[in-house]
Amino acid sequence: MAAIELRGLTKVYPGGVKALDSLDLDIPDGEFFALLGPSGCGKTTLLRTIAGLETATGGAVVIGERDVTGVQPGGRDVAMVFQDYALFPHMDVTDNIAYPLRIKKVAKGARREKAEEVGARLGLDHLMDRRPGQLSGGQQQRVALARVMATQAQAFLFDEPLSNLDARLRLEARTFLKKLQRELGVTTVFVTHDQAEALAMADRMAVMEAGHIRQIGTPVEVFQRPANTFVAGFIGSTPMNLLDGAVRGDTLEVAGCKVAVPIAAEGRLTDGEKIVYGVRPEYMAYSAGPAEGVLSGKVAIVENLGASHLVTLDVNDVLVQAVVPEGSEPAVGDDGHALPRRDRALVYRDGELV
Amino acid sequence: MAQATSPPEVVKEDARTRRGYSSDAAGLGSLRAGAFVAPALLLIAAFLVFPALWVLYLGLTNYRLTGAAAAEPEFVGLANLLDAVFNPTFWNSTWLTVQFVLGSAVIGQVVLGFTIAWLLRDRAGPLKRLVEGLVILAWILPSAVVSFLWVALLDRDGGTLNALLGIPGFPWLLDHPMLSIIVFNTWRGTAFSMMLYGAALGNVPPSHLESARLAGASGWQQLRDVVFPHIRGHILTNLLLISLWTFNDFSPFLLTAGGPDGRSEVLAVHVYKVALQSGELGYGAAVSTIILLINLVVAVFYLRLLRSKK
Amino acid sequence: MTRFVLGRIGFCTLIAVLLAFFTIPLLWLVTAPFTSDPSYEVKVPDFTWDNFQAVVEHPYALPSLYNSLVLSVGTAVLVVLLAALAAYALSRVRLPGRDALLYALLLLSSIITGTAAMVPLFQLAVELNLIDSHLGLILILTGGLLPAAIFMLKDFMDSTPKSYEESARVFGASPLQIVRHVVVPLVRPGLATIGVWALANVWGNFLMPYLLLSDVEKQPAAVITYTLYTEGGQANLSMLSTFGLLYSIPVVLMYLFVSKKYGFRFHGGIKR
Repeated sequence: MAAIELRGLTKVYPGGVKALDSLDLDIPDGEFFALLGPSGCGKTTLLRTIAGLETATGGAVVIGERDVTGVQPGGRDVAMVFQDYALFPHMDVTDNIAYPLRIKKVAKGARREKAEEVGARLGLDHLMDRRPGQLSGGQQQRVALARVMATQAQAFLFDEPLSNLDARLRLEARTFLKKLQRELGVTTVFVTHDQAEALAMADRMAVMEAGHIRQIGTPVEVFQRPANTFVAGFIGSTPMNLLDGAVRGDTLEVAGCKVAVPIAAEGRLTDGEKIVYGVRPEYMAYSAGPAEGVLSGKVAIVENLGASHLVTLDVNDVLVQAVVPEGSEPAVGDDGHALPRRDRALVYRDGELV
Repeated sequence: MAQATSPPEVVKEDARTRRGYSSDAAGLGSLRAGAFVAPALLLIAAFLVFPALWVLYLGLTNYRLTGAAAAEPEFVGLANLLDAVFNPTFWNSTWLTVQFVLGSAVIGQVVLGFTIAWLLRDRAGPLKRLVEGLVILAWILPSAVVSFLWVALLDRDGGTLNALLGIPGFPWLLDHPMLSIIVFNTWRGTAFSMMLYGAALGNVPPSHLESARLAGASGWQQLRDVVFPHIRGHILTNLLLISLWTFNDFSPFLLTAGGPDGRSEVLAVHVYKVALQSGELGYGAAVSTIILLINLVVAVFYLRLLRSKK
Repeated sequence: MTRFVLGRIGFCTLIAVLLAFFTIPLLWLVTAPFTSDPSYEVKVPDFTWDNFQAVVEHPYALPSLYNSLVLSVGTAVLVVLLAALAAYALSRVRLPGRDALLYALLLLSSIITGTAAMVPLFQLAVELNLIDSHLGLILILTGGLLPAAIFMLKDFMDSTPKSYEESARVFGASPLQIVRHVVVPLVRPGLATIGVWALANVWGNFLMPYLLLSDVEKQPAAVITYTLYTEGGQANLSMLSTFGLLYSIPVVLMYLFVSKKYGFRFHGGIKR
């Protein structure tokens, strides 16, 4: 078990594309850490640089207080699960799981025993003689996990571990993976483009964009207080309302309506400055009648989310979304009013959280 | 970013171990990659590149198989090349070779190979195995055996073809030597194209074909609009390879020996005849040089087409 | 409906014509060896074994098959080994000028293995003392086949996902272990295809052994076939057909074996 530290890590591809731009990151021992971002943001490159599959152009990778920047992937004592699992198609499950031990020259009997043990732990005992081609997606994923566990490495790296599973299985695997990581207590870094996955599984996470880390924090911090408008727009299954506005005395003017200054921004604003007002649809109280500090408009669209509805209001030609509990949803064309929660709304100045 | 937090020893090691390995998939690195390639390149250099360069040199001498020029070949410059250019036999051979390549490779093997691959594209079972097996059989049998089979097939008196057509005594190899070797080479070489197109057709996404069918495209339209654009690269690579192979193919010699009267003397046979049978090694090498140049032109032409798709 | 029926009839006719085209030339090979005193005519055989008897008694016929075996197996092993190493390195490591080099070599090989290089190859073999040497011939044939083999294998390896190797690499496997444990098993069908291709190529090669082996005891079947003449100078058809059949059977068996085990085809094909 070991902590992972990145110091000024930079990766420039031939041709000048900067995939990683001087990243600093500390992942303490035993943490389940997510790298989250849209495709092309450098998250997979970062993971592969930690593994040693990509050479860093600058900076250092430190695993367990050992600088491994110039060390071969095999010498870093990490184990990786690939997006396509990379199970060797010509080996059965036992041989696949035992492969890392074969490299470490563990005797045949001992490594079979270990493979059986790990396989049994992941519920693969009846599949040990099968080839990967004969397994379902979920089973393949567990074999890949078992193979990683058999290494007893200091840290695990997962590249989009759930993306090859179908939606229902993914939820199951999410819970399973989180439980497994808890039990093993091995420092684990995983890459995902799915914010829900990162929020659900990670102890902490880094949100990346274009080779930069835009925010590091626990899922609660990142969800409730996105550090900038990029993170605010990326996190959350329904995107946050980000509305242009301006400070007018002790209130804010947003989409032609007057709203109260959020608690978090009290005393930090100057009169007249331009801001972006952010509030999640979940933190809006919807009502049919007007009140003080509401965003008022006509209902444009109503989308069913299952136990609730997502209502889109046209507020003076600006679209504002609010989540409405089941049973009280309005009809399209109704007048509607949405009251932001003062303790959850946020103000951004030049894209950064105030 | 400030590096104040990093411990000093980390920075030191960092500088020392930078670029300690390469980042290709297996961590080979240029050095090992070079070692992997070296043995193959060594053999190729010794038995392919060197002889090729030697041919270029020989073409500039009056080297002969026998006689005074065999012991002491003299440098004659471009005389051999000029001889070839003004020699009608050479031009006759070149023209026959063009016919041979166009007829048996470009038309015969490609069209037949593609047709078979297309007909059998989503079939399985004994019929597919039988057809493919027979086509491949024609390809893998030794040329010494195959040429005798065709001599037997085309024999004027007892030949199977004349028996089937009911025209005993028709001398195919004498009256139609070019047609004979073109059909022979088509029969012999179709397997390669068939297998290549079979694999290529397997890569055409079925959904593309289905959406064309839903749009009401006929079989020909599906081929033109969906299949051909998809396998363009395969077609060109295939054409390049079989054109070059056919251009330099010596097996027509086994069937007609270039005859009668040089009417099937393609360039490969022509070289053999002037170099080994007449012993004019220098002149033969000069013709080989010209063959090399023609091959180069053909290859560059195909590669241009291949590149222009991007 | 009529269109469907017409299509069906067209398909069957086409297949029948194709089958006839590819079968008829082969008939002589399966009938003549079992016919006493055969001519070029295809006849229902009288099932005699005399022709086989004659081949067995011929002093050079069966040994020449053994020579063919040595030459083709030796060459195929060498081609597969060297081409696999080279193709793998070329596929995974970007060496400068890689594609140009491959195309240049391919071009050269298709020209030079024909008649064009007969003279220099002969001179080279004399200089290196490789005349009448099976090993020498194997090296020369390997040199000629390697470019095309590398070209085809590289295409094959390009289409194999890299994550298998990366995975093994993270577990600490050395490059040679990765090649042995992961790459070779993954591309085995490709290796088999190239092996069969090389084997069949050498098995049928006439020109090179004819040029470089003068000792009749070392000559392979392809060369011996052309010595099977009667005392009158006519082709000895009973010997020729029978020996031809025996000479053909190994490649056919090999093809059947490989196609059963690996599927004899281009996986993914030769693309750009």
